[in-house]
Amino acid sequence: MSTVLDNVRSALAARKEKAPYPAWEDAEVVSTPKLAQGSLVDCFSANMKAVSGLVMHSVAEVEQFLAQGHHLHGYCAPELAEVIGTKLGAGITFSTDFDEACYDDYTFGITRATAAIAESGTIVLNDRDTSCRLGALTPWVHIAVVEAATIHRTLGAAIAALGDDPNTIWVTGPSKTADVEGILIQGVHGPGIQIALIV
Amino acid sequence: MPQPIDTFAANLPAGTRATVLDGAEAGFDMRKSRLHGDYDNVDRLRKLAGDIKQHTLDHLDEYLEKAVGRMEQNGTQIHFATDSDDARKAVMGILRKANATRVVKSKSMATEEVHLNAYLEENGVACVETDLGEFIVQLDKDTPSHIIKPIMHKNRRQIAETFEKHGLGDYNTDPQTITRRARAHLRSRYMECDAGITGANFVSAESGRIVIVTNEGNARFCLAPAKIHIALVGIEKIVPSDRDLGLFLNLLGRSATGQQLTIYTEFISGPRRDSQPHGPEEMHVIFLDNGRSRTLATDCREILRCIRCGACQNVCPVYRQASGHAYRHVYGGPVGAVLSPLLAGEKFADYADLPKASSLCGACNEVCPVDIPIPDLLLKLRNKAHRENVPSPGALPMQPFAKMATHPSLWRLAMRGGAVANLIPDSVKLPVPGLGTWLQQRTLPEWRGGKFRNWMKHRNGKNS
Repeated sequence: MSTVLDNVRSALAARKEKAPYPAWEDAEVVSTPKLAQGSLVDCFSANMKAVSGLVMHSVAEVEQFLAQGHHLHGYCAPELAEVIGTKLGAGITFSTDFDEACYDDYTFGITRATAAIAESGTIVLNDRDTSCRLGALTPWVHIAVVEAATIHRTLGAAIAALGDDPNTIWVTGPSKTADVEGILIQGVHGPGIQIALIV
Repeated sequence: MPQPIDTFAANLPAGTRATVLDGAEAGFDMRKSRLHGDYDNVDRLRKLAGDIKQHTLDHLDEYLEKAVGRMEQNGTQIHFATDSDDARKAVMGILRKANATRVVKSKSMATEEVHLNAYLEENGVACVETDLGEFIVQLDKDTPSHIIKPIMHKNRRQIAETFEKHGLGDYNTDPQTITRRARAHLRSRYMECDAGITGANFVSAESGRIVIVTNEGNARFCLAPAKIHIALVGIEKIVPSDRDLGLFLNLLGRSATGQQLTIYTEFISGPRRDSQPHGPEEMHVIFLDNGRSRTLATDCREILRCIRCGACQNVCPVYRQASGHAYRHVYGGPVGAVLSPLLAGEKFADYADLPKASSLCGACNEVCPVDIPIPDLLLKLRNKAHRENVPSPGALPMQPFAKMATHPSLWRLAMRGGAVANLIPDSVKLPVPGLGTWLQQRTLPEWRGGKFRNWMKHRNGKNS
């Protein structure tokens, strides 16, 4: 510890003038054009669609999407099994236990989002609520179940609400890359399709 | 001898030059439309972010201590590395203790800076880069040429050849196919890994959280099955509080790739709780100095505000023509021209030519999300090289010019006589030392010397 900190201390020792912390308002950092859509749900939906995410409002809509894309077996977080998993018909099956040995067998994952951010179309996943990190990551389709009441207006509000969970991830659309000649490809290591099911 | 960067640029294959130019221009355009489309106070935000970073740097001793204290409370194990060797050994020490031999790595400039991969391999650790660009760099035994887009210098045909050579499928240049193949190949590496190594984009001193951003989701995947997380973090990554993170995240994504927010933004304040099935049980943060504290003591300390967005690279006319590799260091472009000679310490002279690889047009400062006065810093470093008598390849002898510029009669004579230059064909070499080399990469315009003096004289006459 001491050497690096000592080096920093001696580097600063001769400094007479030190920059003060500047004053700023939270509102300055908010992108107002991103919040011009009306309600928080509307803003969230518009911004999530702008980053190639999909917004759905019913289990039937999810079922139709999964069936059409032949995403017929997946993972569903245990606490969502009754309210969502068991309501999926059309030959769709799911497991509430993520078996790491079969990670590639899950074509969709349904997990609970802790919150969302209207300003950026972001889904917030805490370890506490989406305890199965892989269930939200390895399947091609990730369905995050977002309660409308949990949507924060701004990034700043979502940061203020980070709380004491040791791990929070913000997901703003499907996994992407533009490493090959700048061409945008979705679904690199994480989901190629990111859905928010608003309840 | 010409300036090394000029020679590198002159020898750059035309295809590579075009690829780099296209990539840089696209990055610049996306940044501009996103940042200015979303905010009408962009300059205020850049200045604010710069002031916050400068404040943090000016009080780095306090903030570093605070961050460390908080991280230890959170259950994170803290290590310090004064230089590259220290950092590599710290990583290896953690891996040895845990008998970890399979490592997945998320993109990190700090690990590039200390040349971690080669060291791990020498010590029997299989270390796989997981960012698509860095994965390709690793397969090619190449180095990244851009902070954000490591393979900006490669085209899809070269990548297709690399994949074919390494058994990742038949020759195929389709970017989607390339991406899917990397996805399939890297999945088992993640699932079988013992440890995940990352950098960090920011550290909040207030909460001890580190923030890691990726678009591909690779850092998240490194940190799901892995039992150990090691983050190598430059000491300048600290910001005072969580609140500051909102400002910096808003600026980082927009400046780097023209995205409002990078897709995956992960906030980690310690190892996973016992009740969680996934995530590292041990979290180690190695704070890296490697020339940073020394830089903090110089009059170029503002460069430590850098949040590694690459916007200055995209906008720089020299970078666009020369590519990142021309800078001979992990940090290329304007930021690299300042940072590389400073981090080099005693080897300053090895990189003292880089601050001269700039027309001082100022575009790098204008796009910088933390308002680093890069042109001023380049001038300070040029001055330092001059004071320390560092040989300056490619420079013309300035004494004859100084003599002329301080003697009006000599100047008038030169202005009149210079017209002779228009009569000399380009092929004839003038007997001025260094001029031939200087002209290798430049074409002189037609001599029109004396016109300004003439105009000034008549203008004064009219006014008086």
